[in-house]
Amino acid sequence: MTNQVEIPELGFIGLLRFAWRQLTSMRTALILLMLMGVAAIPGSLIPQRITNPMAVRDFFANNPGLSSWYDRLSLFDVYGSPWFSAIYILLFISLIGCVLPRSVEHYKAMLAPPPVTPKNLDRLSFHQEISASTASLELAATWFKQKRFRVRIEGDSISAEKGYLRETGNLLFHLSLILILIGVSFGSLFGMRGDAIVNVGERFINVPTTYDTLSFGKLINANSLPPFTVKVDRFVAQYDPKTNAPKDYTAWVTVTDSGKTSKKVLKVNEPLTFGNTRVYLQANGYSPVVTVRDSEKKIVFQGPVPFLPQDGNLRSIGSIKVPDAKPSVGFVASFVPTNARTTSQGAISIFPELLDPKLLFSIWEGDLGLDSGVPQSVYKIDTSKLKQIGLGSVKPGETFNYRGGSITLETVIPWINLNVVDDPGKRYALLGGIVAVLGLLSSLYGRRRRIWIRTTNSGVEVAALAKNSAPGLEAEVNDFVKHLKGEK
Amino acid sequence: MQTTWAYISNYFVYSAMAVFTISFIAHAFETAFAVRAPETADTTEGNLLTKTLDYKRTERAARIATAMMILAFFLLLAGVVARGISAKHVPWGNMYEFSITGALAFTGAYLVALRKHDLRWLGLFISISVLLTLGTAITLLYRNSSPLVPALKSTWLVIHVISAIISGGVFLLANVVAGAYLYLERVESRGERPAWLKRVPSLEVLDQLSYRLVAFVFPLWTFAVIAGAIWAESAWGRYWGWDPKETWAFITWVAYAAYLHARVTVGWRGRRAAWLCIFAGSTFLFNYVYVNVWGTGKHTYSGL
Ligand code: HEM
Repeated sequence: MTNQVEIPELGFIGLLRFAWRQLTSMRTALILLMLMGVAAIPGSLIPQRITNPMAVRDFFANNPGLSSWYDRLSLFDVYGSPWFSAIYILLFISLIGCVLPRSVEHYKAMLAPPPVTPKNLDRLSFHQEISASTASLELAATWFKQKRFRVRIEGDSISAEKGYLRETGNLLFHLSLILILIGVSFGSLFGMRGDAIVNVGERFINVPTTYDTLSFGKLINANSLPPFTVKVDRFVAQYDPKTNAPKDYTAWVTVTDSGKTSKKVLKVNEPLTFGNTRVYLQANGYSPVVTVRDSEKKIVFQGPVPFLPQDGNLRSIGSIKVPDAKPSVGFVASFVPTNARTTSQGAISIFPELLDPKLLFSIWEGDLGLDSGVPQSVYKIDTSKLKQIGLGSVKPGETFNYRGGSITLETVIPWINLNVVDDPGKRYALLGGIVAVLGLLSSLYGRRRRIWIRTTNSGVEVAALAKNSAPGLEAEVNDFVKHLKGEK
Repeated sequence: MQTTWAYISNYFVYSAMAVFTISFIAHAFETAFAVRAPETADTTEGNLLTKTLDYKRTERAARIATAMMILAFFLLLAGVVARGISAKHVPWGNMYEFSITGALAFTGAYLVALRKHDLRWLGLFISISVLLTLGTAITLLYRNSSPLVPALKSTWLVIHVISAIISGGVFLLANVVAGAYLYLERVESRGERPAWLKRVPSLEVLDQLSYRLVAFVFPLWTFAVIAGAIWAESAWGRYWGWDPKETWAFITWVAYAAYLHARVTVGWRGRRAAWLCIFAGSTFLFNYVYVNVWGTGKHTYSGL
């Protein structure tokens, strides 16, 4: 009876042990490593939600059938997909199963003396016999000591070994990969990131409601935003007059953090830092400042409206929604900082700076749907239920009159997009990266080798062995032999 | 002033191409006459089976070829530096600049490796591929030098790009050696090597050499990827975002790690290892060409 119960149990444990051995075998690790490389490929060819959500939407619109299949296979989220995760989790289990036991073994080997001298030295590389004095072993011992070999001295032989750092570096490298993975996971579980458009002259306050987009890691919530504010005093974008390419973006800001106020400069490669949170200058554009009046000249809307850039010359689109006018009106607008006309495209911008700004719009009347509760883009108006009542354009200082009111372009101010990120895991990932490079250096450049010497009837014999046939051992052995012969 | 430097840079690049051409011709001459040499050599011993090559006649051509290669390297270096002065930044702002710097790194990798290993048999191939690269660069990819976009303004540009370009030069050299291995293996499987291939080292040496090159430069490539991540953190607020360029850098890294494992721990040698090496190198080239020219994402600075 007992047997019948025990056998399946043993079998199960045996099976587990078998699976574990398979998983941590080098061959499996190699296959998993190659699989991970291959698995990363589709994500660079198919648009990804994390990098380019717009392109994913276009892809859906253009290939409805294909994209539903892609979506089922997580091909729009390759790097968060179950199959990609499965590969790297298996790889890392394999890594841990492989590296931890080896670390223990290596540690023991470092404490123990080198293995005993083999019986037949003549089978090893660089074997040579030399007639030398009886004091050879002592000479050898001093040479080994000088060169910092670790030695095992026996009656008639010495076994010496050097280059443990190679193995140490290799293990450190593999362990550091685990550290990097921990850093990455930690960041995605406990981090946050958000975006906010801030007009020049306005203040950004770090609370959830000021963000345009905001997302938190799975294990933290909105209460954890540190209290700071950033007021944008001035922003200058410089462009190359020949190529129109941007040369420099600089924002001058006033920062308050735990009661202290200070002036700071924010640039593309120079984020602001508040403890773990960093604030990046990510994009910029223009906000036309407009005043809309009703037929009785009463102001129904006034203020800057951020427009969204569409190309390198900052042709921008946006919408001005005036629910307080009666009836309410909306302007579907585009803004060009340096106005020019082409017959094919209409108004375009030919330079990204405000050389000849112009606001062009169509005016729509009716229910803007702002109270419907359906979230709307601030840059667009759904005109399907509206009636167009006019078309116009204004330059700064100009007013355009339409049936039922007027719109004035007061001025144009720039806005900047602040990208706020808290990634508490990045320091572990960085530490892992540094250790990885150092570990690799000592692993790939290190040379582990053994040299043996044994007295024979006629003198001594010498032999050596290098792991992975690393170069340079021959010169070293020759040097050793010279020392024994007293030539050095 | 700026345009003057751009002209100077172009002159240097053109001169480098001229000198690479001389080097190419000298290499070709050497190869061609090394083929004929066996007829005149070694027949005295009456052992026709072990014809050895007599290089005395071609030695001078070989020396000229290498000397010209070194001269061309320095001319190209001057061209790259002048380009940098004209643009007032390290000359890695668009694909033309990447290409001339890449050609420089490739030549440099060859010349450095030449000091330790007898690689002169590769010179013909090196000079023609560098010539093709420079020719493509100056005809198809040429752009006037222009200032860097703000995201590129960082010390990390220098650190990241220089390590990536050097790694690339060495990776490609390893690929060439692996390719030579595969070709020679086929030749040898059909019989004895023809005379002009006799001076190319044995298969084992080639096999070992491509591994050495990869193992030598893998830490630098790892560093290049990490430096890129540090830079991305300061410019874009995230150190890793699976942008196509980042993804392919990662794929290259994993492919070479697989290659090293295959050799060191599973014991792959010869043909399989050479194919894996070439595959890994192709991911690097693919990243350079495809992602720069047709790709999307934050890394498309090709200026095309
Ligand atoms: C993320 C995945 C991995 C990467 C990037 C990686 C990378 C490397 C590199 C670059 C080497 C050095 C090769 C050389 O000495 O030329 C190496 C060696 C080695 N790796 Fe990995 N590895 C990974 C996963 C693994 C796994 C899962 C295992 C175990 C199953 C493993 C076990 C080994 C062993 C035993 C060596 C040989 C060390 C030696 O003999 O010097 N590695 N690895």
